Amino acid sequence: MIRFENVGLRYGMGPEILRDISLHIPPRSFQFLSGPSGAGKTTLLRLLFMSLKPTRGLITMFGKDRTRISRTELPLLRRRIGVVFQDFRLLDHMTTYENVALPLRVRGREESSYRTDVVELLKWVGLGERMHVLPPVLSGGEKQRTAIARALIEQPEILLADEPTGNVDPQLARRLLRLFIELNRLGTAVVIATHDLTLMEQVDARRLILANGRLDVYD
Amino acid sequence: MTDQFDGQDDDGIDGLQQAEPRQRALRKTAPIVPAQNVVGRALIVVIAIMTFLSCVTFGAVTLVRDTASVWENQISTEATIQIKPADGLDMEAALATAAGIASEFPGVKATRIVDRTATARLLEPWLGSGLDIDQLPVPRLIVVTIDETNPPDFDAIRAAFAPKLPTASLDDHRTWVNRLVAMAHTTVTIGVAILALMLSATVMTVVFATRGAMAGNGHIIEVLHFVGAEARFIARQFHKQFLLTGMKGAAIGGVAAVVVFIVFSWWSSRNMATPEGDQAAALFGNFAIGLAGYLGVVMVVVVIGALTAATSHATVISYLSEIDDRQSDIA
Repeated sequence: MIRFENVGLRYGMGPEILRDISLHIPPRSFQFLSGPSGAGKTTLLRLLFMSLKPTRGLITMFGKDRTRISRTELPLLRRRIGVVFQDFRLLDHMTTYENVALPLRVRGREESSYRTDVVELLKWVGLGERMHVLPPVLSGGEKQRTAIARALIEQPEILLADEPTGNVDPQLARRLLRLFIELNRLGTAVVIATHDLTLMEQVDARRLILANGRLDVYD
Repeated sequence: MTDQFDGQDDDGIDGLQQAEPRQRALRKTAPIVPAQNVVGRALIVVIAIMTFLSCVTFGAVTLVRDTASVWENQISTEATIQIKPADGLDMEAALATAAGIASEFPGVKATRIVDRTATARLLEPWLGSGLDIDQLPVPRLIVVTIDETNPPDFDAIRAAFAPKLPTASLDDHRTWVNRLVAMAHTTVTIGVAILALMLSATVMTVVFATRGAMAGNGHIIEVLHFVGAEARFIARQFHKQFLLTGMKGAAIGGVAAVVVFIVFSWWSSRNMATPEGDQAAALFGNFAIGLAGYLGVVMVVVVIGALTAATSHATVISYLSEIDDRQSDIA
């Protein structure tokens, strides 16, 4: 599904943040992306999400060479990827329901066609009673689940989550992890960027460890 | 944590399948980009002022053009024959001959010799009253009334005078009319240039406002990007608001301009016989901009509204391309 071959990235004239990264993310796979703070986890996620282009190397996204993906194709490919950011990036003027429905709205769908799906998903992530609430009054965990629901609403082929448990207590972290496992069972490939070892120990999954700009893969 | 989420820990997908359809009615969907994030009242006011000034400029140009054309028509209905005194010239006979020659030409409706008394009156401001015109070598005039639709051949009239009355000259006021026309054209050109400058300033204001709005809503654009929104969709969210603002501001400015025209027109009709009114009327005619003027105001309003929408659309698209390019540059 996604393949990196000898990928390198530097910001401007600075040193290479990522060096010779080679990895393959197969469909329906589950992996943790780990490493110390500042190792480049978020940068690698941005490459996976196509919000950055590599300085060198080859990235193949859904069978297409990244360098040959045009501006008009980019949004269509991004729709096949769900992203959960560490800082949630919810729109504060929209309710939980509207935030989750946003990906469907940008596809031009009528509200009547997706209303039930969004409500069901919100109930599934435990936000059935909070769907008309604006993000500023949501707790950290609720915001996190809203962000996850928004990433999942279009049933993406791959879910990228940046420190999804960074703002929640261990109990909620475990529950969110179960949610991701459940998704994976439904057929979505999952990449969770985290430096939470406790979280990783709970699942026997593939580990991608970033250190000094290099990536080691432990299957 | 809510109870629902706790329950889902155990039954996961079953929970998804068993979820009940929604019963509650939702509030009206919030706009993706809130109006207050995009444009403030200041932009509406600026557009209104620009439209007002553009409409006033347009109205003034219409006024000057119409007045100039009235002058031109008035003057072109008359021409003047001037006979300068010369030794041995019988002025009265010469005047009669000249009037006779002129009146024979097709396109000349009538000729009128300005008599001695009238000539003396014409000179009174310079030479005082009680002037004996015979003691001075004063040129005499014949007023020739012309058929506007079928003007005579002035050169032929001049040629007919030449052998008999060498001191006679025909002034068809063409020089004066040409100067007036040139002045009117210059005024119209200046007006159009001012209009173009106003529209350019409006476009630039909208560009700055759009870029400001885009920068201020960077977080929304970013979210829209990563949920897979196309540039056209994002642009639509912004330019919809700008179209509304542009139309609102332009309509306010246009209405204000029309009100000003109506007030001036009312004032000039009320002060028609007063010195102030006469002065204004001498300069600007009767201060009515006419149907064409009002249609022009409507056109200016529509143009500014459309210009605002088109400018903001183009700015948003170029801003989004810049974001894409910036991402490429990083790499």
